[in-house]
Amino acid sequence: MPSLDAETLCRQLAEQLRPQITPTTALAGIRTGGLWLAERLHAMLGISLPLGAIDVSFYRDDYGARGLHTKPQRTEIPFSVEGAHVIIIDDVLYTGRTTRAALNELFDFGRPACVELAVLVDRGGRELPIAARYCAHTLVETLAPSQNLQLERADDGTLNLRMIDA
Amino acid sequence: MLNPQLNKHGELQHLLTLDGLPRDIINAILDTAAPFTEVAEREVKKLPLLRGKSIFNLFFENSTRTRTTFEIAAKRLSADVVNLNVSTSSTAKGESLLDTVDNLCAMQADMFVVRHAASGAPFLIAQHLRANGRNDIHVVNAGDGRHAHPTQGLLDMYTIRHYKQDFTGLTVAIVGDVLHSRVARSQICALTTLGVPEVRVIGPKTLLPTDIEKMGVRVFHDMREGLRGVDVVMMLRLQNERMNGALLPTPQEFYKVWGLTAEKLALAKPDAIVMHPGPMNRGVEIDSAVADGAQAVILPQVTFGIAVRMAVMSMLAGQ
Repeated sequence: MPSLDAETLCRQLAEQLRPQITPTTALAGIRTGGLWLAERLHAMLGISLPLGAIDVSFYRDDYGARGLHTKPQRTEIPFSVEGAHVIIIDDVLYTGRTTRAALNELFDFGRPACVELAVLVDRGGRELPIAARYCAHTLVETLAPSQNLQLERADDGTLNLRMIDA
Repeated sequence: MLNPQLNKHGELQHLLTLDGLPRDIINAILDTAAPFTEVAEREVKKLPLLRGKSIFNLFFENSTRTRTTFEIAAKRLSADVVNLNVSTSSTAKGESLLDTVDNLCAMQADMFVVRHAASGAPFLIAQHLRANGRNDIHVVNAGDGRHAHPTQGLLDMYTIRHYKQDFTGLTVAIVGDVLHSRVARSQICALTTLGVPEVRVIGPKTLLPTDIEKMGVRVFHDMREGLRGVDVVMMLRLQNERMNGALLPTPQEFYKVWGLTAEKLALAKPDAIVMHPGPMNRGVEIDSAVADGAQAVILPQVTFGIAVRMAVMSMLAGQ
């Protein structure tokens, strides 16, 4: 896999999003990597509606099999979802199950006018009919299911993409 | 020793008591409860975690607050809740506790929330389920006799953490009828486990168990002395219904000596919080002005109780 520079990809994603931003656009980042990315995009794009944070722990489809194993955090949607143009932000799009969970959760806050998905990297391997409208990089090679591509944030705030072999 | 609440991986299988429950698990429950508090602010106050699960509320003893908050918690997790009205059920016709449990298991119960006047009843049910190989069914103790009321203890810890952040510098006073109180026992276990350096119990000799010091608390028979400099005042309800014999003078006299008034509360730290598990006897253990005052966090306790019970149920059902 070629090394991916998360900082460059982040700027590219911001430029893809810029023409689509209207006064009713709100961003919601999926914890944890997606939220870091969303914080950046929110500032770079000068979005006026406050940033949302989604933790999908309570909406995951593997709760029955795995239980609540990751430490759940708050979901915070500080804008009115009703009638809003919401862009869900995630770091890596893989099976699509996390996006499904985030969509379900978002709709428990109201009925948005439209929802789009923006990701840093699409690694393929979809198990649901979900696609990202905005994507900075699409991996052409196939990663093994044991390989986990994830965003990390250094102490100085720098974003890095890292491959972890489980 | 095998802790009957934990499975072989050390995860919570049942919640029966806070006595011996590891600090990590208590902290995990409190941490998990925090995001559940936010659900109440949503348009749809429901999460899909326990969809398709059946939870039976088995209350062999009266309760409004505890049963209702357990029911709300289960419903916010999308579980199906069945409340058994025990006074009109088969128990009144002579069915044994374990026969009732077996029948409910045959109705595909996933969890029992049990309140019973007999100490140990939830343990008996948990043991019975284990003996029958039903490790997929969970038991939550909602108060057994004088023994334990773990979810009350946990919601009290959540409340203290919410207002005071850190347990390790606190002085906490538990005041009143400790002898009859399962709440006090659960509070003492949790406070000690979480590292509170000084837990005081304050009350008349007749209402304190004789060996209470063994639980690691300081005993005070003078309320003013006991309240001096505390960060948290946890009042207990005077449990007239559990008393036999002359443990007490009249309620009026009890109030004079052991009732929490503004004048006595002034001896605690200025930012001390006042807690009460409910139901309150105004003018017996607590003055109305204090119960409704700025330092009281009695109603937030009730609200936090829903989130804490959601956390417990979702951690159990997810094992």
